[in-house]
Amino acid sequence: MLSIKDLRAEVDGKTILKGLSLEINAGEVHAIMGPNGSGKSTLGHVLSGRPGYEITGGSVEFMGKDIFEMETEERAHLGLFLAFQYPVEIPGVSNMEFLKAAVDAVRESRDEEAFDTVGFMRKAREACTAVDLDQAFLKRGVNEGFSGGEKKRNELMQMILLEPKLCILDETDSGLDIDALQVVANGVNTMRAEDRAFLLVTHYQRLLDYIEPDFVHVLADGRIVKSGDKTLALELEEKGYGWLEDEVA
Amino acid sequence: MSQEQIDKAIAKDYAAGFTTDIESDTLPPGLNEETIRFISAKKNEPEWLLEWRLEAFRVWREMDVPEWAHVHYPEINFQDISYYSQPKSMEDRPQSLDEVDPELLATYEKLGIPLHEQEALAGVAVDVVFDSVSVATTFREKLAEAGVLFCSISEAVHAYPDLVRKYLGSVVPRKDNFYAALNSAVFSDGSFVYIPKGVRCPMELSTYFRINEANTGQFERTLIVADEGSHVSYLEGCTAPMRDENQLHAAVVELVAMDDAEIKYSTVQNWYPGDAEGKGGIYNFVTKRGLAHTNAKISWTQVETGSAVTWKYPSCILRGDNSVGEFYSVALTNNMQQADTGTKMIHLGKNTRSTIISKGISAGKSSNAYRGLVRVGPAAKGARNYTQCDSLLIGDKCAAHTFPYIESKNPTGIVEHEASTSKVSDDQLYLCQQRGLDPEKAVSMIVNGFCKEVFKELPMEFAVEAGKLLEVSLEGSVG
Repeated sequence: MLSIKDLRAEVDGKTILKGLSLEINAGEVHAIMGPNGSGKSTLGHVLSGRPGYEITGGSVEFMGKDIFEMETEERAHLGLFLAFQYPVEIPGVSNMEFLKAAVDAVRESRDEEAFDTVGFMRKAREACTAVDLDQAFLKRGVNEGFSGGEKKRNELMQMILLEPKLCILDETDSGLDIDALQVVANGVNTMRAEDRAFLLVTHYQRLLDYIEPDFVHVLADGRIVKSGDKTLALELEEKGYGWLEDEVA
Repeated sequence: MSQEQIDKAIAKDYAAGFTTDIESDTLPPGLNEETIRFISAKKNEPEWLLEWRLEAFRVWREMDVPEWAHVHYPEINFQDISYYSQPKSMEDRPQSLDEVDPELLATYEKLGIPLHEQEALAGVAVDVVFDSVSVATTFREKLAEAGVLFCSISEAVHAYPDLVRKYLGSVVPRKDNFYAALNSAVFSDGSFVYIPKGVRCPMELSTYFRINEANTGQFERTLIVADEGSHVSYLEGCTAPMRDENQLHAAVVELVAMDDAEIKYSTVQNWYPGDAEGKGGIYNFVTKRGLAHTNAKISWTQVETGSAVTWKYPSCILRGDNSVGEFYSVALTNNMQQADTGTKMIHLGKNTRSTIISKGISAGKSSNAYRGLVRVGPAAKGARNYTQCDSLLIGDKCAAHTFPYIESKNPTGIVEHEASTSKVSDDQLYLCQQRGLDPEKAVSMIVNGFCKEVFKELPMEFAVEAGKLLEVSLEGSVG
């Protein structure tokens, strides 16, 4: 589904990714861990096409297509979803309106018929319940005045409704209390499917207590320095990242 | 999305930029007493109105072009403008839509106001002004049943001379300002509405103005009188074809709300804004004012997306006790457009209240200014005003300005002013794109969200239209 080869990228002239390679197949859950500044979040934004991130080498194929040939929204249409670490507010645009427009745009790109308003509202309310958000949030402006935890759940709600192929969660667990963490984990676990993959970018092993990854990768200094199964995360938790950095050096 | 993308999406084509090929009866350029006599004679006007015009002309000649607004444009030579134009086929006024030149009707179809359809739908009565002559008035009969008078002002001069004579110039005097004086001298046509005592107008009234002839100014004059306890909602929409030259539009709108009456006046203005380099476009210099008597309410809602230069301050004189004035405005400027718009709320009566919600959106290299005056007179005990003035910037080459004036002469008056300036951020656009929306749709959604408080004041069908209009006007503001 996703094939990253020797990816190099820079932001503001500073090289962040220095030859990163990663293969993700449908149905798999990958976790990427690593110290601050290792390039974890950059990876998510490079994949989704955030402006200001310059690709200086390597290639990325998603669903068999070169994603650097595509605009941000075209990647989204293909099924790439990024749950933001810091979701922005869009005042005055209701969550419902935003969700409907997004889902309509994605369905239109696939030549699928748009949901009728009533049908969509029902789906949106279900998604709200799934992430334990009050339905009043559907009427509020996108992320407008939401708490940190509410914003994260809102991201998850969008993910549920958009039914993406590849879900990238950028430190969705950071700043969440244990209840919210479980909500996020439940959401992800419910969505796990044969034709869907997850890339969990996280700082802590904590999230992986609830979402069991198939693979764990350690990112350090713009490269994946070690890959393994879920036990790697536990080892990291115990020994810290310093251990790996020493080993690599 | 980058600045470069933003710049690209701001360039748009003017969807209403076609001209209609109809033979016109147009006066050669120039303005003198003879011009005014010609216009008056063409309309077969009574002597008093001719005198009224001539007096306005004399006043106008003594006045100077106002230069205090935050707009810049080359000096206008008022002798280069033709002051009268009417499509030839209108010499004999049509008695029904069937008699109207099909090309004219096709023009309206392109603008999305199919008269036939409207008749059938029985929703909106439209008094259509094409250049200077009102071509068709629908629903007149249905309105007449309710006692509502709705016709062109030229017709009203003949049919209801007492009303016209009593109220014309009563809210905006001829000597009020340079452009009001000019309009009073040469006004060509416009709408007239009278709602009798206690009548709630059974439908939204609507007028579409359209400037067709090149080098003609359009000077419409609208007069709406709502008698005691009556209620009316009126909407005007404006578009003009694409021309390289600048055209002048200097309208006057007067509203009179008698005791306990309510007038809601909504405008969707989409005159040609000029091209991306600032060539061509309408100069929109308009005087709009309402007079509210005891317990009356006047509400202005405007969505201004067109014109090269806009100079416009729909105002309320709250003369009667407990009267209410409202101003809800969305002004969008793109490319090289300039707007200096806002309102005046003049509190004279006791316990008068006013609300001002202004949303200015600047894109491209445009300049957008809010200018508002809130005046509380010495007798206006307990007057209250709330002003909220928000600016939204798209890209980094545009400008937003706010010029609030507050004059309070009564210590019991409460005047509040809130203002904010924000920018459509790259992060907002990125979020939208990541969710699958293209940049234009994203900007349009963000801008619509910003304008929500104003759009909800528009009659429903026009709120949808206004949203679409913003979308069209913003085309090219990102990309």
